[in-house]
Amino acid sequence: MTDWFHKQRYLIDFSLAALGRRKVRNLGLLAAYSLLVFVLASVMLFTQGLRQEAKRVLAESPEVILQRLVAGRQDLIPPGYLEQIGRIRGVQKMEARLWGYYYDPVVKANYTFMVPGERQIPSGQLVVGPALARERGLVAGNLISFRSYSGRLFTFQVAEVLPQASELMSADLVLLGAEDFRAFFDFPAGHYTDITLSVANPNEVRNVAAKLAAALPDSRPILREEVQRTYASLFDWREGMVLTVLAGALLAFAILAWDKASGLSAEERREIGILKAIGWETGDVLRMKFWEGVLISLSAFLIGYLAAWVHVFHLDGALFRPVLQGWAVLYPHFRLTPQVDGLQLATLFFFTVFPYTAAVLVPIWRAAITDPDAVMRT
Amino acid sequence: MIEIADLHKAFNQGQHNEYWAIQGVSLSLARGQVTAFMGPSGSGKTTLLSLIGCLARPTSGRIRLDGEDISGLPERFLTELRRRHFGFVFQQFNLIKGLSARDNVMLPAYPLGLPHRQLTERADALLAQFRLGHRADARVEWLSGGEQQRVAIARALINDPPILVADEPTANLDTALSREFLAILGELSGAGRTVLLTSHDPLVLDSPQVERRVALRDGRVVEA
Repeated sequence: MTDWFHKQRYLIDFSLAALGRRKVRNLGLLAAYSLLVFVLASVMLFTQGLRQEAKRVLAESPEVILQRLVAGRQDLIPPGYLEQIGRIRGVQKMEARLWGYYYDPVVKANYTFMVPGERQIPSGQLVVGPALARERGLVAGNLISFRSYSGRLFTFQVAEVLPQASELMSADLVLLGAEDFRAFFDFPAGHYTDITLSVANPNEVRNVAAKLAAALPDSRPILREEVQRTYASLFDWREGMVLTVLAGALLAFAILAWDKASGLSAEERREIGILKAIGWETGDVLRMKFWEGVLISLSAFLIGYLAAWVHVFHLDGALFRPVLQGWAVLYPHFRLTPQVDGLQLATLFFFTVFPYTAAVLVPIWRAAITDPDAVMRT
Repeated sequence: MIEIADLHKAFNQGQHNEYWAIQGVSLSLARGQVTAFMGPSGSGKTTLLSLIGCLARPTSGRIRLDGEDISGLPERFLTELRRRHFGFVFQQFNLIKGLSARDNVMLPAYPLGLPHRQLTERADALLAQFRLGHRADARVEWLSGGEQQRVAIARALINDPPILVADEPTANLDTALSREFLAILGELSGAGRTVLLTSHDPLVLDSPQVERRVALRDGRVVEA
C-alpha cells in the first residue's frame, strides 16, 4: 500500500512537472476551461439563488388566494363572499385584501398600492418601498402627489421608507390606509381585490380549494404551491434561455478542449516512448496522464466555481443579472443568500471534469500501447 | 547467459513494404562481457538490440534469458523484465527536457514506488559516481553532451539492472568524451555487468574494453 502511495506521488510529481514544462499551452487551456466553468456555475448559482429566494419569500405567503373572474378576467370581490367562505370547513383564517397597480408617468414605473392587513396607516400618509423611494428621491416626511386614474390629484406624506432587507418583495410597494386606497382608486365600498385564506391542515388545501370552487363558481382559488411552481419554471426557463444562448460558446470551447486534450504533440509522443522504454507500463503512463487531466480539470473547476461564487454572491451576478432577474424599471437591490445545491454541483462537476479527463486518456492510450522500440530509432 | 535461436523480425509484415530486419540470427552471449554489435546502417544492429532488450517482440525465433524464454511474453511481463534486467542508453540519450538530471535518473524507478529518500539517495550516489553530483539539480538541456550521456548511463543503472544496452553510445560524442565513455564501460564490466552495444565507431570497436564483436549484415550474423 505504501508503495502504491509512493508511486502515485511520483506520478503526480511528474504530471506537475509536465504541466510546468508546457506552461503557455496549459495556462491557456486552464483559463478557457475556468471561464467555461465560471459561466455555467454563475448561471446555475444565480438562478438557484433566485429560486430559493422566491421559495423563502413565498413560504410566508397565504396558502390560498381567491380571485373572482368575470369573462375570464380578474374582477373585484363583491360583498357577501367572506360570509360564504366562512361556512366552509377547514378554513382557519381569511382576509380580504385591497391592492392595485398604479403607473407613475414621472419615472415610467408601475407601483403596487396596497392596504396592509397587519398595521394601520393614518389617512394622508404613505409607506413606500426602497426602490421607489430611491427613484423619486423620497425620505420620511416628504410630500408626494399622485394623479389618480380619475384625474384627481392626491398628496400624501411619506411616513416611512421600508427597510432594504425586504427590497426583493417591497421595491415598488406603496402602503396606505383603506379609506385613502378606496378614495384614490374610486374603489366601491364593500368590494375587495382578492381574499387570502389559511387552511388549518396543509393536507386539506386541495379539498378546501375544491369546496371554494364549488361554493363560489365564479372564483379561482390559487394555491401557494402553484405560485411556487410558476416562479420555479420561470427561473428554469430563463436559465435554459441563457444556456441556449451560451451553447455556441460552450460548443466552441468543447471543440478547443477536445483538440487540445486529444492532440498529442510530437514531444509528448516522444516522452511516452521514452517512459515505456525505460520500464514504465502502459498503465503507468495512463495513470500519469490521468493525474495531469485531473489536475487541469479540477483546478479549472475550483477556479471557475469560486469565481462564479464571488460573482454571484459578492458582485451580485453583474454579468447575468439583467437576463436572469427579468426586466423592471425599479430594480430591487438585494443580495442572494449563498447556498450550494449538491446535485447541481455534482452535475456541473460531471459534465466539465469527466469529459476532459476522458478526452485526455484516449489518445494517450493509443500512443502508450505502441511498441517502445520506436524510441530506439529517434 | 542470453541465448538467441533462429531469430526473425519483420516490419510491415504482409504489406507491400514488408521488410525483414533480422533473418535467422542465432547467438549465445555470456554474462559479464562487453559485446559490440557492428555493421553498416540497416544491418539490423539496433533491431537485434531492441529484441534482446524486450523493447519489441520477434516475428519468430526464441530469446532465452538465463534459460527462461522471454520472446513470447505478454507486454506487461516484458515491461517488468525490462525494468528489472535491462538499462538503456540511447543514441540521442532521450532524456526528458525540463526535468533536472536527478529527476531524469529517478524516472525508471517511479513505477516501483520506492520511498522518496531512498530513491533520491540512490540517484545522487549514481550522479556522484559519474562526477555529476554538482549538476544534479540542473535541467538536462543545460548539460553538455558528455554530461547528458553520463546522466543517461546513471538513469540506465538506477534499478540496478544486470544488463546494460547502449545503442551507438559514442555517435554524438567527440574523441575525448568517447574515451571517457569507454572508461565507464570498463568500470561497469569490472563490476560484473553485461554490456551490449551497437557501434560502427572504430574507437569503440578497437578498444580493449570490448571483449566480443558480432558483425551483422542484412539482418544476418556474418562474424561472431
